[in-house]
Amino acid sequence: MKVLIPGPLLSYTSARQVDARGATLGEVLGDLDRQFPGLRFRVVDEQERLRRHVRFFVDGEQVFELGHPLRTTDELVIVQALSGG
Amino acid sequence: MSVKAKAKRSGGSARRSKVVLLVATRKGAWLFHGDPARRAWRVDGPHFLGHIIHHLVLDPRDGRTLLAAAKTGHLGPTVFRSTDRGRSWKEATRPPAFPRAPEGQKGRAVDHTFWLTPGHPSEPGRWYAGTSPQGLFRSDDGGATWDPVPGVNDNPTFLAWMGGQQDGTPDGPMLHSIIVDPRDAAHLYLAMSSGGVHESTDGGGGWSSLVKGLEVVEGFDRAQLHFHDPHCVRQCPSNPDRLYQQNHCGIYRLDRPGTEWTRIGRAMPERVGDIGFTMVVHPRDADTAWVLPMDGSTVWPRTSPDGHPAVYVTRDGGGRWRRLDGGLPQRQAWWTVKRQAMSCDAGDPVGLYFGTTSGELWGSRDEGRRWTCLARHLPEIYAVEAAELR
Repeated sequence: MKVLIPGPLLSYTSARQVDARGATLGEVLGDLDRQFPGLRFRVVDEQERLRRHVRFFVDGEQVFELGHPLRTTDELVIVQALSGG
Repeated sequence: MSVKAKAKRSGGSARRSKVVLLVATRKGAWLFHGDPARRAWRVDGPHFLGHIIHHLVLDPRDGRTLLAAAKTGHLGPTVFRSTDRGRSWKEATRPPAFPRAPEGQKGRAVDHTFWLTPGHPSEPGRWYAGTSPQGLFRSDDGGATWDPVPGVNDNPTFLAWMGGQQDGTPDGPMLHSIIVDPRDAAHLYLAMSSGGVHESTDGGGGWSSLVKGLEVVEGFDRAQLHFHDPHCVRQCPSNPDRLYQQNHCGIYRLDRPGTEWTRIGRAMPERVGDIGFTMVVHPRDADTAWVLPMDGSTVWPRTSPDGHPAVYVTRDGGGRWRRLDGGLPQRQAWWTVKRQAMSCDAGDPVGLYFGTTSGELWGSRDEGRRWTCLARHLPEIYAVEAAELR
């Protein structure tokens, strides 16, 4: 599926848009980490919680669970949320 | 000053190495390279512009490896490593992280790595990291991969001492002041804000607390370790049995094998007090140490007292203190210097350096008598480390 990458993660992907595979949000992030080592830990903590200032949208709808199912036709957008000045 | 005292403090040789100041800020890191006279400084940076850098440390064992504790406003924490003094950087492949908690239990997550300490010279590649919330981590490959130290992180007694989120500083509860005894790689000290000062003699497996003599905020029970808030603990290189400490409740000294701290800050001028974050010890004279007091009255402004900042020095182990403010602002300077933001070089005379919350970098080439502003308009400074380049 298509994944849109926010600015803070461009140092990993070097591209605004990348492709990744997986049946859930967690699997897609796992595939991104295989392609771009280190990326996953920057957006998901060691207790498998999504980090506070990162948001995930699937076809325009925000999702909050790593187990959220995804289809290959979905578009995942990773967004940097507000984090102060 | 006596001839003997002069000889004790003197390195006895002209400067040959150059000093680099490693400045970690809320929005990136800068390296300031000094000329041999420490008069002119060449700036290298920003590195990691926009990243929150809590600590930037050069490995004195090889003189070229740098570790940077980083996160951003949006992303989780990591550690960056350079083996060429900052010309190129590589991210740790396994940054400090707590183990995954069993199903149904609430596990801890590293918010940021706060403190970095290179290991003992006999253990090349070993580093220690202190995190927020309080955790101790160890690397044996120069900072590429990190493992938790279970003797601290999984110890139920330690977890009780750490308290909850509300027991930490406004920037989070933190483990800091990790000290490796230069005589014994297995002899470690650490401090926690909050949670007290602790010592291990077996490389971090077992720990005993070292809080006797330390005061806590009035009305609280000093027997409860989670009320103890050491801000900065330093070991004297010239006498590793001597420790100094700037605490939330005063300035202290401890001479081992003794276990009871003495509040040497009682000798500070009453109108200034003995509250502060940072403390620096002389590289060759264990009787000399510097502090930078802040206002700990009423609502704890944590600014320089009366807007008139000064460094204070003791030359006799805390019996007397002398004000050093030559060149510093004489009024309306309300900055704070955080616990990692003051350090010294090994020159003769010693060079002292500190960075302010308002983004100013200050230096003194004569042990604090005269201060010069080396840089202005940096982001809020979190840490300043002076390292020698050979």
